[in-house]
Order: sequence, then structure tokens, then C-alpha cells
Amino acid sequence: MANVDLQRSIDAVWRIEAPRLIAGLTRTVRDVGLAEELAQDALVAALQQWPESGVPDNPGAWLMVTAKRRAVDLLRRRATLERKYEEIARRLEAEQGRADPALEAVDEAVGDEEIGDDLLRLVFISCHPVLTTDARVALTLRLLGGLTTDEIARAFLVRESTVAQRIVRAKRTLSEARVPFELPSGEARLERVTSVLEVIYLIYNEGYAATAGDDWMRPELCEDALRLGRILAELLPDEAEVHGLVALMEIQASRVRARIGPAGEPVLLLDQDRARWDHVLIRHGLAALARAEALDRGLGPYGLQAAIAACHARAHTAEQTDWVRIAALYDALSQVAPSPVVELNRAVAVTMAFGPAAGLEIVEALLADAALANYHLLPSVRGDFLAKLGRVDEARGEFERAAALTRNLRERDLLLARADALGISSGGLPGRPG
Amino acid sequence: MRFMMFMLPNIPAEGDWMPSAEAVAEMTKYNEELQKAGVLLALDGLHAQAEGVRVSFAGGKKTVTDGPFTEAKEMIGGYWIIEAKSKEAAVEWASRCPGDNCTIEVRQVFDLEEFPPDVRAAANPNLV
Repeated sequence: MANVDLQRSIDAVWRIEAPRLIAGLTRTVRDVGLAEELAQDALVAALQQWPESGVPDNPGAWLMVTAKRRAVDLLRRRATLERKYEEIARRLEAEQGRADPALEAVDEAVGDEEIGDDLLRLVFISCHPVLTTDARVALTLRLLGGLTTDEIARAFLVRESTVAQRIVRAKRTLSEARVPFELPSGEARLERVTSVLEVIYLIYNEGYAATAGDDWMRPELCEDALRLGRILAELLPDEAEVHGLVALMEIQASRVRARIGPAGEPVLLLDQDRARWDHVLIRHGLAALARAEALDRGLGPYGLQAAIAACHARAHTAEQTDWVRIAALYDALSQVAPSPVVELNRAVAVTMAFGPAAGLEIVEALLADAALANYHLLPSVRGDFLAKLGRVDEARGEFERAAALTRNLRERDLLLARADALGISSGGLPGRPG
Repeated sequence: MRFMMFMLPNIPAEGDWMPSAEAVAEMTKYNEELQKAGVLLALDGLHAQAEGVRVSFAGGKKTVTDGPFTEAKEMIGGYWIIEAKSKEAAVEWASRCPGDNCTIEVRQVFDLEEFPPDVRAAANPNLV
């Protein structure tokens, strides 16, 4: 095998093994930062040795054993500073003394369930509330997504050193706050699960609707978030909202190809060529939604959003969309997770179901909301309703205002095009008044 | 990127071949690994080739042939569709399969975007 190919193979092994490796090491050394260092050391050893020896049959076990050997050396040195390391080092040494020389045996000693629990602990610690949101995102992608600092930096359009710093600081924060490597229970559990879901959806959304830069989407980031979501769904099979989020992401991701026009411009949902939707992902999404519904505790915010997305996914044409059901689902969503943005979406659904006058009423009520003062979608939606009602001049002003507010260049072009289109047809657009 | 992994088991084309419970248990563990890693999109196992039928077209004529097919060197026993970041990642997943005495062929799934516009326009991907 050529060296470059081998490098890529090792990279592939690393992406698969890194989360389990770091999770297992964190349980052993009780410090996620140290665990990651050890895992990195093992990777360096692999890069040095595998070109000679070939990739071992059980690369995960090889990496774990190598990392643990490093751990003993390192902990012995640190033991002179802190007593707790002394005990861990002694335990590790004993374990290695007993271990079968065949590496597989070491791996077999840890059950599947235990590995799953360790992974889950790693998920929770990476998304711990003691960390800033940026830090949670970076740490999650790094430790669980197997992404390099450079890849994270490129995905979020920041400098690599910025990401590296965020990760270093996050690990220090976790260590200083003595955050335990645990499975939260009771009330804390709900809060911690919510934080994990937030982080994953934030990653997804940064890929799905880039907030900055001239690309409308970064699909690779969507795929990373989706993969993290699916992993989490296997780790937390009884949490309806986890399945809800996975369903939401799968269905939204099914439209990725259809959301971009030939010139790279965004294409709105109802204008999309549904033939370009990804039916494998739609099937996955509907199955995840069914899992959420089967848990029978009523859908939460993610589940409801997924149910709305599913309404679109099930409609073969835009005209077949069940807007009455979507309006009802938005109504339910505004009960469990009230927000001006949900209200804005409800207005759109109500307009589609019952006409623009009803929707406009909801939107007008939002105009005074300070939270939406700089939100480009408010004037964009209002402009849309006004255009449908034939109030062309007001509509054009709203589209121009929306264009001035958005930071996404592609979206701005789209909004200006809508304003221009209104300028040409002075007689008003064919709308659906009432 | 999406990849299809074909399982080409080296088993006799004729006869009532059935996998053992142990083999199935091992394969199930592997399939679960794919699922837990969030990369599995679809999978299926296929009935024996001996029970298959071939419909061939040549010179405007169609021929229907019942299995087993004497000239067939390899047969497909099943497939997985996985999502992977690279071909190497797909190969790494394939190499973790617990199979013995079999081959796994890894093939990248065509994305419609890879075709020129006229071909894309002629295709209807809305076919499940």
C-alpha cells in the first residue's frame, strides 16, 4: 500500500476509534484532556509503526493498549505531584500485567454496554453546561466526531488556532471545575440531554444554513451532526426527543441537494424539485419520527418540528402539502416552546392553510417584538403576505429591508430579486386574498 | 459519500445453504456496530442464486434463464449501503466484517450531481 493510502486508512481507523478510545481512557484516567492527549500519542505511534507492521487486525484494541502504556509512564511522573494519579497508575499496571498478550483479550474485557456508557459520559461531558457554547461545539466535534482542529476551523470559518485554543481552554475548564465523568440522573439528566441536543442541532444548522460566508450550506457539517445524532439515538433509545431531533435532521438533510439552484442560489422549500429529495434519508427520518411517537410521551419541540418536516416530506407535490395539519403542529409547538420565530413560522402555515390575511395578523403582532427587530425573515415573510394581498409597494419595501438585514450573500440576492420582481409587475401579484 | 458493500460469499451455488446461528450472531453484531456508528443506511440478505432468475437482452431478443448459473464465478449474498467520509473509511468498515471465506466488494454509489446536466435531466431520482 502506498504511503498516502495508508495515511488515509489510518485516518479512517482514527475517525472510527477515537470516540471509544477517548471515552475508555477518560474513565481510566479521570481527565478528558489527559485522555485525549494519550489517544493522540497512540495515533502518533500508529502513524510511525503501521507503515512497517501493517494495520493490526484489531486497530481499536492496539490503540487502547498503546495509550494505556503511555498512561502508566505519564501518570508515574505526575504521581509525584498528585496522589490520585499514583493509584490510577498502579491499577493500570496491574491490568496490563494480567492482560493476555493477544490484544483482543483486553478489548473483550470491556463489555459493549460499558463502552456505550463511556461514550455517553463523553457526550455529556463534551456538552457540559460549565462550557461556553463554542467550546461545547468544538469539543463535541473533536472528541466524538473525530474531526481535526483544522476541519472544525474550516467548517466554522475561524482560524485553526482559535479552535485549538477553545479546546485547550474547554479541557482546562472541565478539569478545574472537577466535572465528573458521569451519567447524570434525575432532573439534571433532562437538562444535560437538552444541552447535548442543542449542541448537535447547532452543528447541523451551521451546515444547513450557514450564518456567515458566501456558501449557503456546508453539507459535510450536516453529515457530521447527523452521524452524531444517530450515535446518540443508539445510546439513548428511550429519549423521544433524541429520535425527534434525528428525524428532523434526516428529513431536512434529504432536501440538501434540492435547496441549491444551478448557480448556487438557494431554492425555497415549496419551489424545490421534489424529485431531487433524498428518499433514503426521508425513510430514515420517518422511521426515527415513528420511534419518537412510539415512546408515547407526546412530542417535544424537536419531535414536533420533525412532524412538520414529515408533512412536507410526505407530499409528492407542494400543492399536496397538508397545511392545516402543519398549522396545528405549529400551534402545538408554540405551546411547548413558545418563541417569536415559531410564531413567524406559524403565520406562514396559517397563511397557506387559511389565507394571507390570517397570517398577516399573526405577523403584525410580532412587529413590536424586540427579539425580531434585526431578524431578516420577519420583513421577508411580511413582504410575502403583503404581496399575496396585492399590497405591492409595502411588499417591495419589506423585501429590501430583509435584504439589508441578512448576512448571507446568497440569501440577500434572492430577497433583492423578489423586490425587483415586484417593481416590474405594478399591478400586483396573483395572490390568494382572504 | 455513499457506498454499497456487496457480500460475495464463497458458498456452493446449489444446495440448501443456511448460515449457522453463530455466524448470524457475529454478523448481527457487526451490523449493530455500523448502526451504532451512525453510518448504516440500508442492508439486506439475498436468497440463494440457485433460486434466482436471469433476464438477458441481446440482439433485440430477451432470454429468461433459471438459476443456478453455471458460468457465474461470484454471486451476491447480500449488501449494505453505508455513509462514509472517504473510500478508505468505507474499506475500513468493510474490513471489519466478521466474514470468513468471502469477499466484500466496495462500490461508491453514484450521486446524480456527478452526471452532466442532460443526463441529470433525463433521470428521475424520485424512484425510491
